[in-house]
Amino acid sequence: MNGIHDMGGMHGMGPVAAEPNEPVFHAPWEARVLALTLAMGFHGRWNIDRGRYFRENRHPLDYLSSSYYEIWLKGLEALSVDAGFVQADELAAGRSLVPPPNDSPSALGPTESLAIVKEGSTYRRPQTSPPRFKVGDAVRVREMTVIGHTRAPRYCRRRRGVVQEVRGIFVFPDTNAALAGEKPQPLYSVRFEGIELWGAAVGPRDAVYIDLWDDYLEAAT
Amino acid sequence: MANSQHTAPLTPIAARVKALEAILTEKRLVDPAALDVLIDTYETKVGPRNGARVVARAWVDPAFKARLMSDGAEAVAEFGYQGRQTEDLVVVENTPKVHNLVVCTLCSCYPWGVLGLPPVWYKSAPYRSRAVMDPRGVLREFGVEVGPEVEVRVWDSTAEVRYLVLPERPAGSEAMSEEELAGLVTRDAMIGVAKVTLPQR
Repeated sequence: MNGIHDMGGMHGMGPVAAEPNEPVFHAPWEARVLALTLAMGFHGRWNIDRGRYFRENRHPLDYLSSSYYEIWLKGLEALSVDAGFVQADELAAGRSLVPPPNDSPSALGPTESLAIVKEGSTYRRPQTSPPRFKVGDAVRVREMTVIGHTRAPRYCRRRRGVVQEVRGIFVFPDTNAALAGEKPQPLYSVRFEGIELWGAAVGPRDAVYIDLWDDYLEAAT
Repeated sequence: MANSQHTAPLTPIAARVKALEAILTEKRLVDPAALDVLIDTYETKVGPRNGARVVARAWVDPAFKARLMSDGAEAVAEFGYQGRQTEDLVVVENTPKVHNLVVCTLCSCYPWGVLGLPPVWYKSAPYRSRAVMDPRGVLREFGVEVGPEVEVRVWDSTAEVRYLVLPERPAGSEAMSEEELAGLVTRDAMIGVAKVTLPQR
């Protein structure tokens, strides 16, 4: 989606404000939101791409005026309703109104939860055929209007770059977020010259490297 | 009463979070004790000290550095820093000719296993909008001036590959131990918005 979250190259957001000695969390509720999001993700009813889609798919005014963990909270509420874990009227009431369905999964305990975090969850998949592009190939990001989730930032669409690395085979976010299959495919690190992206506004030797999936790219000269 | 956090009314957002946790707990979808250990992990155990130890090791141990550059995730697993949001890790090295800067323009992707959770500025609209378009301007706001002879490389973390900057080892640190070196390395230097410097004498 051409959403407000896709911020690369926007003007007017102001200077970067770093906070000295910043705490990990600014309020206890932020920590609870992080942990709730992780714990609910363990059930496997959604994936990392769907999680991102539910956070970014907000009205721009809401997105920009919400703090980071507020966006996470709103995303988790929406995911929980979407997955059938929670009813919208329960969120409105602030308490559980109906028992969980029979096929509802059970909460993981502390030990299992830590083990999952330590193990990680790779989105890398086995290679079944040779990648279409190799290091040094010129590529162009396709012109795309994706209604749902995508990880091709707007600022690189239709731009030409050169493949720097073939990262391997990875789950494709666009279909994964829609629960329409993993569609594993090659992921490339593509170098875009700054001047190709921004014209003369940036240093002549500066460059942006973007990880892009095969479906986003076409051959260029 | 004014000094009692327990009697202070919850803010609307805190009340909303508390309600969601209560609903999910009542439905046995989350275990509050598990939430507590997850929070403790990211608040006290996983953080930029991890990455600093990795950087210091790379500075003193060329064989480790070679492993780190060829497979970052494998190499940091030697320290036990593998796991969520560090499943695939690419380490990019700063040199006198190249300065690397890491961003996630689309959300907040960040190498949790070696740096912990990202700071607010990393997730903010100003950084995400400008890092790819005006990296030198952003660096200047962090007090880093990059000369015209240096190439700036910005890494936009759009996939499940995470990036860690290997900063330049500061001149004059030759006699320092690995542990002392680790003490010099800051989170910001491993994102690419700072350089590593010796303490002022």
